[in-house]
Amino acid sequence: MKPPPFSYHDPRTVAEAVSLLSTLENPKLLAGGQSLMPMLNMRFVLPDHVIDLGKIDGLAYIREAPSKEGGNALEIGAMTRQRDIEFSELIAAKHPLLREGILNVGHRQTRNRGTIGGSLCHLDPAAEQVLVCLASDAIVTAAGPNGERAIPFREFPLAYMTPNLEPDEMLIGIKIPLWPAGHGYSFLEFARRHGDFAVVSVAALLDVDAGGIIKRAAVALGGVAAVPLRMDAVEARLVGQKASEELFRDAAEICRAIDAVADVHATVEYRQHLAAVLTRRALVQALAKVKR
Amino acid sequence: MESRKITVTVNGQAHTRDVETRMTLADFLRHDLGMTGTHVGCEHGVCGACTILLDGRTARSCLTLAVQTDGHAIDTIEGMAPNPKDKTAPMHPLQEAFRDNHALQCGFCTPGMLTTIIELLRDNPEPSADEVRIAISGNLCRCTGYQTIVAATLDAAKRLKAEGRKP
Repeated sequence: MKPPPFSYHDPRTVAEAVSLLSTLENPKLLAGGQSLMPMLNMRFVLPDHVIDLGKIDGLAYIREAPSKEGGNALEIGAMTRQRDIEFSELIAAKHPLLREGILNVGHRQTRNRGTIGGSLCHLDPAAEQVLVCLASDAIVTAAGPNGERAIPFREFPLAYMTPNLEPDEMLIGIKIPLWPAGHGYSFLEFARRHGDFAVVSVAALLDVDAGGIIKRAAVALGGVAAVPLRMDAVEARLVGQKASEELFRDAAEICRAIDAVADVHATVEYRQHLAAVLTRRALVQALAKVKR
Repeated sequence: MESRKITVTVNGQAHTRDVETRMTLADFLRHDLGMTGTHVGCEHGVCGACTILLDGRTARSCLTLAVQTDGHAIDTIEGMAPNPKDKTAPMHPLQEAFRDNHALQCGFCTPGMLTTIIELLRDNPEPSADEVRIAISGNLCRCTGYQTIVAATLDAAKRLKAEGRKP
């Protein structure tokens, strides 16, 4: 239960970190340490080099900026601590779904150290920040030896806990295009205990016009499969329809067909059931939060 | 084994040591500084027994490397009572409330509980019972059933308010 021996590096710039990543044999990046440290202690990972990103300036920020795609976007540095996201007034006002998700991440002690970028790259299929980024069409930026690359979050999870990053690339920033003011949102999860990874989690966003017609919907599910799922079929069933509990029930039933995984916590059928129930509840909650 | 020289301020006192880069902060406190008040339970960030304050914020010392704390300030349970050498002197009001409410039996989880609750009371001087339960949800206690810990925390909040003291 002690970390294996490794060489420790604490670069001061992204360029230095990328250069270490591309030259060292078997390196591992250390962000907030709330996933990598347990894996080191239990020797699930045996890196020869640990590159600590904690001393690089300029990777921890939360700000709103105009987006190339139109409208404004929330920009979050990869090394921003989960605690700072939890207490950010900007995020509470502009992207409350992220705050709701964060409140389900671990505990105060782990959120004080854990970073959003670390969680996205660890890519646990039940991770809350991963789910919020998927539901919000986030765009992440990776830095590598040939410069920076923007990756739409839908293309980021490649397989179980495998992010779309080259071995010599590192995540540096997250951009989340903002939904219109007054949009509906809900984050729900079923976990055995507060702070545990979810058995199933759901993130939902709704934009509804004055007549109650759904203009835009986003639904993403975590914990059900090897990667978090964006539920395009559910969204297609919702958009253009008048919002109602019957519609939500009907759309959520689509989740019973998910190719879900079974493990020690839950069977396939139970996960499908939770997915449908939680999706319906999240849509009901999201609608109740719409402010026009 | 690779090592580095670090200087860490623990409970207000600076310590300079050569540490193996793979050493956790928990082992550094216990083995190198002899401060065994910080307990090591699960060593993978689940039990909360090793919780310390790093620059005033709680952290699991088993999930932090000692080298990462170079130049930073740590507070441990040893720094909580104003006069720990004097057995008759009053302890911190939170510690007194723990004793009076029977909030510990074996005491293994207590250092982590106390550091966690100190942060809670600094952020939220008058928490509800529910807020206390959420705050200690990352700390396992196998003796008390948590009831007395929640009661002690609420009691401590009252005592601190009555004394006009910050936690």
